[in-house]
Amino acid sequence: MTLDLHAAPLRQSPWRLWGGLGAAVLAWVVAYRANGPLWQWVVDDLVGVDPNSRWGVALEFFTYDSVKILLLLGGIIFAVTVLRSFMSVERTRSLLGGRREGAGNVAAAGLGVVTPFCSCSAVPGFIGFVAAGVPLGITMSFLIASPMVNEVAIVLLYGLFGWKIAALYVTAGLAVAILAGWVIGRLHLERFVEPFVFENTLRGQPVDLSGPLSWADRFAIGRDEVRTIIRKIWPYLVVGIGIGAAIHGWVPEGFFVRYAGPDNPLAVPVAVGLGIPLYSNAAGILPLVEALHAKGLAMGTVLAFMMSVVALSVPELVLLRRVLKPRLLGVFVGVVGVGILVVGFLFNLIV
Amino acid sequence: MNIKVLGSGCVNCQTLEKRTAQAVQLLGLDAHIEKVTDYAAIAAYGVMTTPALVIDERVVLAGRVPKVADLQALLGGTPFTLMEASP
Repeated sequence: MTLDLHAAPLRQSPWRLWGGLGAAVLAWVVAYRANGPLWQWVVDDLVGVDPNSRWGVALEFFTYDSVKILLLLGGIIFAVTVLRSFMSVERTRSLLGGRREGAGNVAAAGLGVVTPFCSCSAVPGFIGFVAAGVPLGITMSFLIASPMVNEVAIVLLYGLFGWKIAALYVTAGLAVAILAGWVIGRLHLERFVEPFVFENTLRGQPVDLSGPLSWADRFAIGRDEVRTIIRKIWPYLVVGIGIGAAIHGWVPEGFFVRYAGPDNPLAVPVAVGLGIPLYSNAAGILPLVEALHAKGLAMGTVLAFMMSVVALSVPELVLLRRVLKPRLLGVFVGVVGVGILVVGFLFNLIV
Repeated sequence: MNIKVLGSGCVNCQTLEKRTAQAVQLLGLDAHIEKVTDYAAIAAYGVMTTPALVIDERVVLAGRVPKVADLQALLGGTPFTLMEASP
């Protein structure tokens, strides 16, 4: 027995469903492969810009990167959303209930990556976890990992810096979430959670929508998610890639080594500080940051900036203030911020 | 019929409210749509992902924004079986 939201309009034969998926995958691969040569040809031969001139470099970066990032985003968001449709926040909560600190923090950070969760649900999610007896520190590990190790950030890092940096980012993000949650748990700050969170008596039964969805439903959810996210972020993407292209064309090589190279101890804190007021515009910021990196900005600084943009943001803090008293909110920012700083400095040393 | 849209005012919540109103109108239902933005009240329904839809005090939908047609099906007599499938 289920509420079959999509069954009627989308009742398709399995052949059409899987055949459609196969065709989409094939078209995606062809487009991804053709992207580089196509723009090279358009910019160099069709428009006739010298590929080594400033305009040539900037134009090629802009066209090639825009299409590449859009393709990557579309593909990965779809795949991740379909996979995530097998998980739900409710299931994650029951997996985390009764976990002990330590192992619980690790599980929470891992589940933060695979659970479908939007930062607009941070507060109800927090209440749901804590009211159901998930320890505060473990809840925090989940809430930190969930936005930080998100698919948009990973895709952009992979597309712009390669899989090694993307893997490094995921590892570092998980480490920050696990350790920060563990520290918050150890500090025993439960008294700085707004009391209504604990007083809350759950009237309704928990809702679980991960029930028997068909593959057609899951694909439909994936398509919707791709559309929603791309519609939301494409203006930032275009502006970010545009500025990145300008930097590629006009800023001299090694320009930032002087100001923000690995030797400058202030680079990482400044990057983290700049990242906090910027929110969820990883899509717009990363192409820009990639260009800065190409001109000499250190890798650790870049990653720290990225993490601070997605994990600490003013709008999210305003939301969390509803359930966390200022002391705990301060501890949250402090602990996560320090974690990100450490990541930045470490990577500047080793990369 | 008493309908509540639970959500903090994010874009998805507004979309759900708009579509629910459309569905109600299309079905010609005599329903009152209420917006619930208070987090304590939202959490009291056991909802952890917003937006959520509550019909006559039963949560029928959480964390998703269905199409108007699906909402019509939901409002037009489809048994609210989601709640029975509690873990």
